[in-house]
Amino acid sequence: MKVGVLHSRIRRDEKLLLNELRERDHAVHKLDVRDRSFSIDQAGDQFATLELVVDRCLSSSRSRYLTAWCERHDIPVVNSATTAATCADKVRTSLALSEAGIPTPRTEVAFSIDAALDIMDDLGYPCVLKPVVGSWGRLMARIESRNMAESLLEHKATLGHYEHKVFYLQEYIETEGEDLRIVATDGVPIAGMRRSSDHWITNAARGAEVASIEVDSELETLVANVDAAVGGGLLGIDLMETQDGYTVHEVNHSVEFNALNSVAPIDVPSAVVDWLESICLETTAVSS
Amino acid sequence: MTDEACIVCDATVALPADVELGEIVDCLTCGSELEVTGIDPYALEEAPELEEDWGE
Ligand SMILES: Nc1ncnc2c1ncn2[C@@H]1O[C@H](COP(=O)(O)OP(=O)(O)O)[C@@H](O)[C@H]1O
Ligand SMILES: [Mg+2]
Ligand SMILES: [Zn+2]
Repeated sequence: MKVGVLHSRIRRDEKLLLNELRERDHAVHKLDVRDRSFSIDQAGDQFATLELVVDRCLSSSRSRYLTAWCERHDIPVVNSATTAATCADKVRTSLALSEAGIPTPRTEVAFSIDAALDIMDDLGYPCVLKPVVGSWGRLMARIESRNMAESLLEHKATLGHYEHKVFYLQEYIETEGEDLRIVATDGVPIAGMRRSSDHWITNAARGAEVASIEVDSELETLVANVDAAVGGGLLGIDLMETQDGYTVHEVNHSVEFNALNSVAPIDVPSAVVDWLESICLETTAVSS
Repeated sequence: MTDEACIVCDATVALPADVELGEIVDCLTCGSELEVTGIDPYALEEAPELEEDWGE
């Protein structure tokens, strides 16, 4: 297949993907989104010949715009613009999960310090304050007390960009520094891992230890429902375990799979490319 | 593997054999993050600062 990869910085994950595509003799076109501009009216010849575009932009704003741009020009793209827009924004992700009835931590949104403080008192301390856009555990706060809440909100409101004035507040889930990550394509799990850390934030990008887990049928069902809720595709689903079962706290649309690949019993980039090939077959079948 | 000079401190930086345009390599001497901006011939630039909307 003739596949374009939208990218900027090449992570270990993109490298695994590119190598797997080339090993299978696919014609791979690396499209560095920093090197070009994108005309609203025309896609241009290079894009017209591509059978599939894979969005691997590191920047979620680029990802949101370029997936929408591809769809405008009828260029098959994964993930979809809907998925990117939903997953790039934690409020939109929470709305989608809630609408689908998927268990997720209690979450509240507030637009003023006073309203945020009221809700934090109600959530109790500790509670969690997250940026609506962001990743790798950055700018997340576990708020231990009312005093800390007041000063943190004041700092965010004063120093932050307008998005930091959208206060995304969440109940704190006692996890003992562990959570789960499942990577899936169209709702079918490829593999899963447990991430453990001495810190309450357990992102692999922050050095959490990772270990492979068995994806049981309960997780399988949950993953299929999450996929349907956010628009579907190649996703990294983050969940925590509570006494009442799993709770989904995030869905990643530009998922990193290097850490998972290092512990999973299955070759993750190979499974991703299998999936890309299947999409390509479907889209060519539809258009011919 | 190819050895190139770090553009920040001039120490030797090893590029992997399958190096990709756009890949980030770390200078083990000064800690700089370098982006591979050319392959033939090799070119390195200081990698851009992390932006807030970057991630998975
Ligand atoms: N409500 C919460 N309670 C306890 N820990 C949490 C909560 N939300 C997130 N975490 C921890 O913080 C990490 C990062 O949170 P996440 O919502 O996935 O944001 P990011 O986009 O930065 O990965 C999670 O993997 C988990 O370890
Ligand atoms: Mg996460
Ligand atoms: Zn150096």
